[in-house]
Amino acid sequence: MSSVIASSVGEHHPGPQTQERGQRAVFCGLTSIIWLHRRIQDAFFLVVGSRTCAHLIQSAAGVMIFAEPRFATAILGERDLAGMADCHEELDRVVGELIARRSGINRLFLVGSCPSEVIKLDLETAAAKLQVKHENRVRISAFSGSGIETTFTQGEDQCLKSTVAELPALGASEENLIVLGTVSDIVEDQFRRLFDDLDIKNVHFYPGRTAGDLPAVGKGTRVIAAQPFVGETARALIQRGAELISAPFPLGAEGSKAWFEAVAQAYGVDSERTEQVLELPYQRAKRAVSVHRSKLEGKRIHFLPDSQLEIPMARFLSEECGLGVNEIGTPFHDQLVMRGELARLPQDVPMVEGQDLDPALSRVRAARPDLTVCGMGIANALESEGLRTKWSIELVFSPVQGFDQAGDLAGLFAKPLAREEILEVGSWS
Amino acid sequence: MELTLWTYEGPPHVGAIRIAASMRHVHLMLHSPQGDTYADLLFTMIEREGRRPPVTYTTFQARDLGSSTAEMVVNSLRESAERFKPQVLMVADSCTAELIQDQPGALALGADLPVPVIPLEMAAYTRKENWGAAETFYQLVRGLLSRQAPPPGSERPTRDANIRPSVNLLGPTKLGFRCRDDVVEIERLLNSMGVDVNVVAPLGASPQDLQAIPKADANVNLCPEVSDLTCSWLARTFGMPTISTIPMGWGATRDFIVEVAAALDLDINVDAVGESRLPWYSRSIDSTYLTGKRVFVFADGSHAIAAARVARDEMGFEVVGLGTYSRERARDVRAAAKEYGLEALITDNYLEVEAKVQELQPEMVLGTQMERHIAKRLGIPCAVISTPAHVQDYPARYSPQMGFEGANVLFDTWVHPLIMGLEEHLLHMFRDDFEFNDSVGPSHLGSEGEGARAQGLPDDSQPDDGAVVWASEAEKELKKIPFFVRGKARRNTERFAFEHGLTTIEVDTLYDAKAHFSN
Repeated sequence: MSSVIASSVGEHHPGPQTQERGQRAVFCGLTSIIWLHRRIQDAFFLVVGSRTCAHLIQSAAGVMIFAEPRFATAILGERDLAGMADCHEELDRVVGELIARRSGINRLFLVGSCPSEVIKLDLETAAAKLQVKHENRVRISAFSGSGIETTFTQGEDQCLKSTVAELPALGASEENLIVLGTVSDIVEDQFRRLFDDLDIKNVHFYPGRTAGDLPAVGKGTRVIAAQPFVGETARALIQRGAELISAPFPLGAEGSKAWFEAVAQAYGVDSERTEQVLELPYQRAKRAVSVHRSKLEGKRIHFLPDSQLEIPMARFLSEECGLGVNEIGTPFHDQLVMRGELARLPQDVPMVEGQDLDPALSRVRAARPDLTVCGMGIANALESEGLRTKWSIELVFSPVQGFDQAGDLAGLFAKPLAREEILEVGSWS
Repeated sequence: MELTLWTYEGPPHVGAIRIAASMRHVHLMLHSPQGDTYADLLFTMIEREGRRPPVTYTTFQARDLGSSTAEMVVNSLRESAERFKPQVLMVADSCTAELIQDQPGALALGADLPVPVIPLEMAAYTRKENWGAAETFYQLVRGLLSRQAPPPGSERPTRDANIRPSVNLLGPTKLGFRCRDDVVEIERLLNSMGVDVNVVAPLGASPQDLQAIPKADANVNLCPEVSDLTCSWLARTFGMPTISTIPMGWGATRDFIVEVAAALDLDINVDAVGESRLPWYSRSIDSTYLTGKRVFVFADGSHAIAAARVARDEMGFEVVGLGTYSRERARDVRAAAKEYGLEALITDNYLEVEAKVQELQPEMVLGTQMERHIAKRLGIPCAVISTPAHVQDYPARYSPQMGFEGANVLFDTWVHPLIMGLEEHLLHMFRDDFEFNDSVGPSHLGSEGEGARAQGLPDDSQPDDGAVVWASEAEKELKKIPFFVRGKARRNTERFAFEHGLTTIEVDTLYDAKAHFSN
């Protein structure tokens, strides 16, 4: 059995593809903690880093202090860097404080940062030592969310990858399905109902709602990605015997249908049965998307690199909403997880991997697209030049996957354009 | 290593970015790893800036380490100089870059760039944002002005009687608290005294403007967190007097007028300069209910000190706690706290502040965005008076904190979260009315704060130490006291019981304590 189950896939984007190097305006992987700590409700994320790390997370999270959060930063001071304090002992003390404070925490992730990587602080060893100390109390491991190694959503990939070795082995005669990448609770519930209807059993969402909710993995495991930023974890699961099902991501009516069909096909579900189960939600999704189509059709969209969702979003918008795509910028292009998407992209769309901010912005200004998808730091700057934007972090923070969110997804892109029509003030034209 | 949940200040290089973003025709080249560009959103999202801050980040990654990071610095410098054509290029490290020791300042000075370079040392592992802003502003001013400095010991030339006196307003920045409006208000105030504003900096200034700083007669140290260092250098080097009263509140604004007049040798009638509605609003009988309201003040140093004065002297509140997250201002805040018979709370640990608020059970909190959340959780009214602040504290309307109009704004802003006077009386009398009771919250604020009340957070909880027990009748009686003073009543009664060696609180204990503490 090959490790990748492919339906209609393409290895490479058929259109022009270039790589850029220069200033990158993307978050680092620490940003993933913002949704991971909400998804995994008994996990705590302790960043070992600088004040910048702490400031980044709280700024990107919009300073949402409603309770004590399930993340914190152990800020390295001069004493730690000068070797006057032993970092491992210090970490020991800080973790002790934390565990004493938070009784409900079952899992602690030590999260590496740029400074901890540069001073070569070995957090994996530290985690192993701490584990011995807190053996029956909390499970401790480490991953890196540093900006020198990860961008934005890649933090989740590193986090999940770090737990793959802990997954129990799947029994020789057993089968299961791992849905990989954080989805919102409501999307998980909807997907479970559809898998039930397809008679696909033993489905695990990874990460689950609690840290102990770990799927088994082995020869009988099939993996389907729900998010496009989980490539490394997918590879680690393949290493443990799992097969990866290639499919477009479950975004939009067509994407969701193709995603469920790919799973059903891998499971040998009768195609009529699949059709029967998916028809109703599929039609409902198409109706919901069509509500926004008039706003979106014929408009041109430009993606600056940010969340890794750029390729599937471009596919959804061109395929289902009639948008023309100017350029797809993506922080990096992982061909393993994007296989299911490439064949569906318009042939002539230029794809740019990496970033050089100022020339990239110059292209946006020259093309003046109707909508630019970009990070929060850039959006208002473009708006003030009369360019409509959609900030991409919202695409990661909203439930957008699946049939019943397809309309909401189209709505996220339609809203800035609708707003432009409504407002009688501050016209840029 | 220090465990931090939320941080009041960003790292020092964010202070440097604030200076660059405040000014015109400067550019900052920040040697930093991928991800540090998050700082852009502080300006574009929180302050709704219509441009990215003028910063180029090198955004190095792991693959660049050890080989090409220095090369990236030089390329970024050249590209920034070429693309943005700034009058001055500042160069700094962020925390990670500091560790790899590429010395971008030295690289910049050696790169033969077609623009003056100001290298900055940001000390990321010992310092914080306000220090970074102060240091950057100082380096910039010193770098641009030191060549103009007169020989040490020279007499400052006296102003020609035909030239109107002028001052510089130093310190206001982007992401400062209401700096945009304070500058307008103070400029208006000075103009009405016959004083011109020579340079406002860093906000809105270009390097060329900075060179005109010595032309003024004095410097107003408007935001000491940012401008202290610069003002004292200008005082030492150019003999320029520093005006250090922060004109926040009615009394301080008048003190400011007096200080400006003295520094510039002007004959000014303070009463004629301007007026505020605050004194009358505070004296009008509706404000009686403000008397002795217990407030907790926590902010940056200058806002904390100024707010405490307004709270006690101009609103008639009782200041029950005063503190700052700014260690650089700790000495001033400690001294101010003594005047209120308090020991200042100097900490940048959010949890310590929360514990203090919980312990003191104030009736109002004047703080930062952090204290707004603490107060919300504890169901205590709160007004934000200082950075760090969130997007709603950068309002569209004109809303200064300084000058006479600023005093009006303070009165309105601080009264607004409170339950109105007569409403408070009626709640004391009939607290069981099913439609009109204290769990609903102030009638003009919708259901704000209701969450904490509904959950019965600290004010209704039993004390942690089991030393004093409430008899059930006393507990019931306590619940008849309106929510907004119940916490104080509980605390006072328990303290009374403890001091009198009682182990059980009866209904009479409650009233004994009430009588005891009423004087």
